[in-house]
This record gives sequence, C-alpha cells and structure tokens, in this order.
Amino acid sequence: MSRSRLIPIVKVVVFIAALLPLVWLVWKALHEDLGANPVEFITHATGDWALTFLLSSLAITPLRKIAKFSELIRFRRMLGLYGFFYASLHLLTFVGLDHHFAWAEVLPDVYKRPFVTAGFTAWLLMVPLALTSTTWSIRKLGGKNWQRLHRLVYFSAIAAVVHYWWLVKKDITDPLIYAVILGVLLGFRIAAKFVGRRSGSVGSSSPVVAPRP
Amino acid sequence: MVIKKQDEINLPYSEVTPKKVFFDRRKFLGGMALTGAAAFAGFEAFKMAQPEEVAHANTKLSFGKSAYSDTEKPTLLKDITSYNNYYEFGTDKDEPARYAGTLKTRPWTVAIEGEVKKPQTMDIDSLMKLAPLEERIYRHRCVEGWSMVIPWIGFPLSALIDRAQPTSKARYVQFITLFDRQQMPHAGNVLDWPYSEGLRMDEAMHPLTILVFGLYGEVLPNQNGAPVRVHVPWKYGFKSAKSIVKIRFVEQQPETTWNIMAPNEYGFYSNVNPEVDHPRWSQASERVIGAGLFSARKPTQLFNGYGKLVANLYSGMDLRKNY
Repeated sequence: MSRSRLIPIVKVVVFIAALLPLVWLVWKALHEDLGANPVEFITHATGDWALTFLLSSLAITPLRKIAKFSELIRFRRMLGLYGFFYASLHLLTFVGLDHHFAWAEVLPDVYKRPFVTAGFTAWLLMVPLALTSTTWSIRKLGGKNWQRLHRLVYFSAIAAVVHYWWLVKKDITDPLIYAVILGVLLGFRIAAKFVGRRSGSVGSSSPVVAPRP
Repeated sequence: MVIKKQDEINLPYSEVTPKKVFFDRRKFLGGMALTGAAAFAGFEAFKMAQPEEVAHANTKLSFGKSAYSDTEKPTLLKDITSYNNYYEFGTDKDEPARYAGTLKTRPWTVAIEGEVKKPQTMDIDSLMKLAPLEERIYRHRCVEGWSMVIPWIGFPLSALIDRAQPTSKARYVQFITLFDRQQMPHAGNVLDWPYSEGLRMDEAMHPLTILVFGLYGEVLPNQNGAPVRVHVPWKYGFKSAKSIVKIRFVEQQPETTWNIMAPNEYGFYSNVNPEVDHPRWSQASERVIGAGLFSARKPTQLFNGYGKLVANLYSGMDLRKNY
C-alpha cells in the first residue's frame, strides 16, 4: 500500500513542521521583533501552540474513524509530545523568563491563582503521559493499563482550556474557540461510545501500539 | 491648591536612571530652548534611536517642563504607540495601532455638564489653550502587571475644573469616551460602551492629574487616546479615560466601565497597590516595557511611587476595602 509507505516520510515532514513555531520565535527574538512585551509574546505563543498540538493529538482518533484512515494513529504520539514540549516551554517562560526562577513568587501563584493552578495541572497531567509514551512503556504497562492512564489527556486538555479562559480579562473569543473544538472532540468520543454500545460492538478503543512498518 | 516645591516632588525611586545618562539627558534638554523647534529636535533624536515608523500625528506642540516629571528614561515611542489597551479598536495590544486610524479627531468638542455654574461645550483647539502645556514624564502602571514611563504633554485637569466652576454638589467627575461604531468598527460588544471613568473631586483637582493632548512633544497618536485624555499616574491605567467627549460633574459616585464589568476585580479607586492583589493575579511586581527579554520584573510601589503626593487623599481609608 503506497499510502502507508509514505507515512515515514510524512512523519519527518510533520516532525520538522511542528518545530517551525519554535524556529519562528527564536528568529523573532534574534531580530528583536517580539513587540513591546517580548516575554508576554513568547508566553502567549507557546501557550497557543501547546493547546494546538494537544487538541491535534485528540483529533486523531475521531479523524481516523471518520476518514477511515487508521494509519493516522501513527501521528498521535508525536503530536501529543509536541503539545507537552510547547507546554513545557510555556511553563519555563513563566517561571524562568517572567519570574527569573523566583520560587517565592511563583509557587504561591500555583495554589493562589486559579488560572495558574489550572495551567499547572494541565502540564502536570501530561508528565506521566510523556514519560510513558515509549513503545517499551506500552508493553510494560500492558495495553489496557496504558490506555487507562492515557485518558488523563482529556483532563489535561480541559484544564488547559480552563486555564486560558480564566486568565483573559474580558474578550473570551480565543479561549472559546479552543473550548468549542475540545467540546467537539470529547463529544465525538461520548457519542461514539454510546453508538458503539447500542450497536453491540465493544467500546471504541484504538490500537494502543502503533503498528511497526 | 498648593504648588509643591521641587525638592518635595522629586520622588524617591529605587531605580533612578544612571547618573551619566541622567546628566546627559538633562544637558540635552537644558541646552535647548523649550520651543516647538527644540521639541522637534528632541523628537528627531528619539526617532533616530528607533528606526521603525510609528503611527504618529506629526504635529509639534510647544510646551514647558514640569517639576512633577519623573527622572526615569521614557519608554520608546514605538512601544508606547504599539502596545495599547483601547478596546474600542480591538482587544489585542497591537490592534489600536492598526485600527485607530479611522478615529476623526477634528472637529472635536468636549461637553462640560452637570453640577457646574458654567456648563459649556468646548472646541478641542480652544480647550488646549486653556493653560500652558507642560511635559509630564509619568510612570504608567497597567492593572495587567506591566508599566511604562511616558512623556505626556498636557496641563492639570484643575485648570478646566476651575473654568467650569463646579457647584457645591459636585463631588465626583465622570469622563465619557467617544463611542461611534463607524469610526470604531472593531469595537465588538466586549464592554458596556461608551467607556466611562471617574474620579473623586479631590483626586480630579490634584496637581498630578492631567488632561493630556500630546506625547513625545507632538499631538497624541490616536491609539493613545487622541485628541484628549486624562492621566492619573497613581492609579491603574484603565482609570485614565481616552478620547474624552464629555466631562460630567456629579453628586454620586459615577458608574465606571470596568467596575460594571467585574466589580470584584476593578474597584472605583483602583490605586496602584502591590499589597492588594487582583483576584486572579498578583500586583506585587510589574514587567517594565522596553527593558528587554531577559529583564526581571520590578517591584510595584504603593500609589505607583507617588505616595508622598497623594497618600493624604486616602488617610483613614481601608485601601483593601476601597480597592
């Protein structure tokens, strides 16, 4: 099948494309083109990309079912890891660039400011998922356990959108867009489960271990 | 109103401009007569330091210096004019610079009404001549946690208030911003328009409170609130209403826009106070615009550092309650 033979190439392309936002940020930083508040610019950009990749990874399952294109599963791990990567840069920007690692300022924020709590929760929930993203971990944990653990991603995505929602001053347009997309992606799963149960097929779980070429 | 002596108003400040820079700047300023031509030379010098073009009205103003000016180095014009909160032109910081070009600042009138002996509608050009223009280099602290140093051109609001002659019933002053969807197609329905802000009469009469017509020696760029705005340097930025069309003298505390939107987050007073957090974020420190990517946040000062001059306005008041 030529389509599946193309996948390793497409994976390399996606891998490089996903690094472009970072390259773009570094380029802008080097050319002092980050605007009047460069720290805020980087904070917003990394946050946006973290959410984008996180939601993209959640879009894989619905897409492969709708498009009947099961090979899409082979992009899920990469997109999820990029979500974690940009979320980590986002957190690092907040702690390092913005607060210069002044833990006395940052740590109280984590429990005192609901939006920071939500954002930190979103990141924290991604940590075990990133750590167990290797094929070795999947084998070690066993498919069922691994899948149960990785359902944490739903809560991480919800926390991430809530984080964004709670920090804006008044104009909620942007967080609303993310919220609607997340709603659709989670709604699809609920609907699929419901339909699956009614039609008698067992669950709607996707293969856990990506087939090796 | 008592005019303070120079030594009283040189505010103590933790981060005074380095001596050499300070003296060079003074020499530079002092060496010029404060005429329009000199102002233009000053502006040219600033422009050289910042190659990028900015939306600027490009009309020079004549002005004097003021002892109320801060000694810190002003933020670059480029940053002051490209990082704005002016929701009538969009909620992103760069949108006012992009979209405020549609604002028509002439003809422009300001209605002075309410509890005054002389209600009147003043044309902007005669309003500007009400008192001699001064440069006031003020610190500007946004409620969002960032700050700038801005060389405004204007005069004390008290000059206008004296002219209007408020009655004994006038206890507050309300400022209404222009709202016109034709000129502001990006306004959306984010806030309850028109934008309204207010001050207690003694705050409005305070010599630090100014009516602003210019910036960096020239008339205000639209995105900074042209053709006339107020600036109250010890309060969070949103208290300083832009593009004012109406000044109303009232007996009751006026309704103010952000206070209507979220009363628990934005109080009527909104004095800069590092001890009183915004419910969602800390106000203990601020990011200085223009300080660079690797700069540290700066500790925020009570009343934005103007405490010596304004703390007496609030003696006996619980600043935590009257946030």
